[in-house]
Amino acid sequence: MTDKKHKLLEVKGLTMDFGGLRAVDSVSLTVHEGEIAALIGPNGAGKTTFFNCVTGIYTPTSGDILLHPKGLATRRLNGLKPNKVTEMGLARTFQNIRLFSGMTVLENVMIGRHCRTYSGIFRSIIRNRSVREEEQEIVETSYRLLEKVGLEKFVNEFARNLPYGAQRRLEIARALATDPLLLLLDEPAAGMNPYETSELDQLICRISEEEQIAILLIEHDMKLVMKISNPIFVMEYGKKIAQGSPLEIRDNPKVIEAYLGEEVDA
Amino acid sequence: MDMEYFLELFFSGLTRGSIYALIALGYTMVYGIIQLINFAHGEIYMIGAFVALIVAGVCTIYGLSGFAILILAAAIAILYAAAYGYTLEKIAYRPLRGSPRLSPLISAIGMSIFLQNYVLLAQTPDYLPFPRLIPSFAFMDPVAHIIGSAELVILVTTLVTMVLLTLLIKKTRVGKAMRATQQDLSMARLVGINVDRVISLTFVIGSVLAAIGGVLVASYIGQVNFYIGFLAGVKAFTAAVLGGIGSIPGAVLGGLIIGWSESFAAGYFSSDYEDILTFVLLVVILIVRPAGILGKVRKQKV
Repeated sequence: MTDKKHKLLEVKGLTMDFGGLRAVDSVSLTVHEGEIAALIGPNGAGKTTFFNCVTGIYTPTSGDILLHPKGLATRRLNGLKPNKVTEMGLARTFQNIRLFSGMTVLENVMIGRHCRTYSGIFRSIIRNRSVREEEQEIVETSYRLLEKVGLEKFVNEFARNLPYGAQRRLEIARALATDPLLLLLDEPAAGMNPYETSELDQLICRISEEEQIAILLIEHDMKLVMKISNPIFVMEYGKKIAQGSPLEIRDNPKVIEAYLGEEVDA
Repeated sequence: MDMEYFLELFFSGLTRGSIYALIALGYTMVYGIIQLINFAHGEIYMIGAFVALIVAGVCTIYGLSGFAILILAAAIAILYAAAYGYTLEKIAYRPLRGSPRLSPLISAIGMSIFLQNYVLLAQTPDYLPFPRLIPSFAFMDPVAHIIGSAELVILVTTLVTMVLLTLLIKKTRVGKAMRATQQDLSMARLVGINVDRVISLTFVIGSVLAAIGGVLVASYIGQVNFYIGFLAGVKAFTAAVLGGIGSIPGAVLGGLIIGWSESFAAGYFSSDYEDILTFVLLVVILIVRPAGILGKVRKQKV
């Protein structure tokens, strides 16, 4: 059934070695257009390393990372610099929040917008009319994104002064500003209280529906994962050990073993 | 205490200090972005002064007037210095990106020695007289014993330069990209900023500031030599550390403090003491506030 959908991100046999340690071991997975996919697994399973390979922070040891934008030629992302990967249409957030804390909320989002607009160094210094108009457009788009994540009342606040949950949402807004085809969220609900988490899952669903952006998320909050994502990929010790719908994953003995340990009693 | 003497020292300190600040900005901006102390920065300043000297020599032959020569010489010096700064980063630092922090530092020291000796061989080891390009303004005559025309020109130029720099960083999108890169380099990459270009631009801006400083100092003091970059570089570096390296207002503050301390030490004690007081101040501030006056203590996240 998923075969009919357009493939967006296709990862084949991705392997990442750090010296003698194989952090990701030939992982293959596919994210289709319109999906909210989840990548789960115990701590140290290699999920974040997987993200780092896909977004160009690490150059993978082997394997292929292919992006199939609809109507455009397939691009291989291996070894591209992170800013190129972002231009290709992948955006991400981090486990530990990484905002530009000394900038305002609006500036944080605007900066994400820059890679989609075209004003070189000299034009931005001269500031002719087309640059000013472009700047105006950037401000408007950024403001609209802040409204979407519910942060419009904080526009001129420094990012570091926002409450924790709001900082997480700001990271998502900044990632959205780069106009991604696929959004990678690394533990978006980490450290959130149940109320913030439920707001977050609504936000993620809204983004997926309204903006037509596919989402791949790493998350430990099983309630959130089971509720919004399909398919789910499970990793353990760098290998993918299962994939499927929430129901299939819940009953998969391998997954239960990975999380709870092997059954000892007969 | 003589008030006029005090004011004279005050303005001469302000003049020197603002030039140190111009050079210190180059150190601090580069450090802020890639945590590298660009030891070759003083040499860029020296090259700026030399290029201006050559251009001024050629222009004098063609019989241009003093002020026209100054503008033309400064413009060409700026272009040259910018090209040197860009190339320096490209060949000496970029290949070492991602290697341990000590490697680019050694490379910087190497470039500093190389550039000094290159000018020594290509030009001359002697002190060369630099024409006094800044004319004496008639309207400055009543206060000439306190602040001279050259000092006024230097003050106004550095002030305008710093305002322009602030506007560039605060208001334009390249400034925003620079601030983002300074705060979190890898995150800046992830939001699509071409970090390599931002780093190149930082070197170019730093070199432009150094060249402006070089031309102004040379025409103020009246002589240049291949070695002038070293002392000016050390002083400006001290200013940057004093103010808090990585902090732009800190560089300006540090530059002014050093300018004043030198000027007052030379005026009230003896010119033998001008350098000593500078470095005593540095030692004291590093003991009391290791991050510098306006510096932030960088938290290391693992």
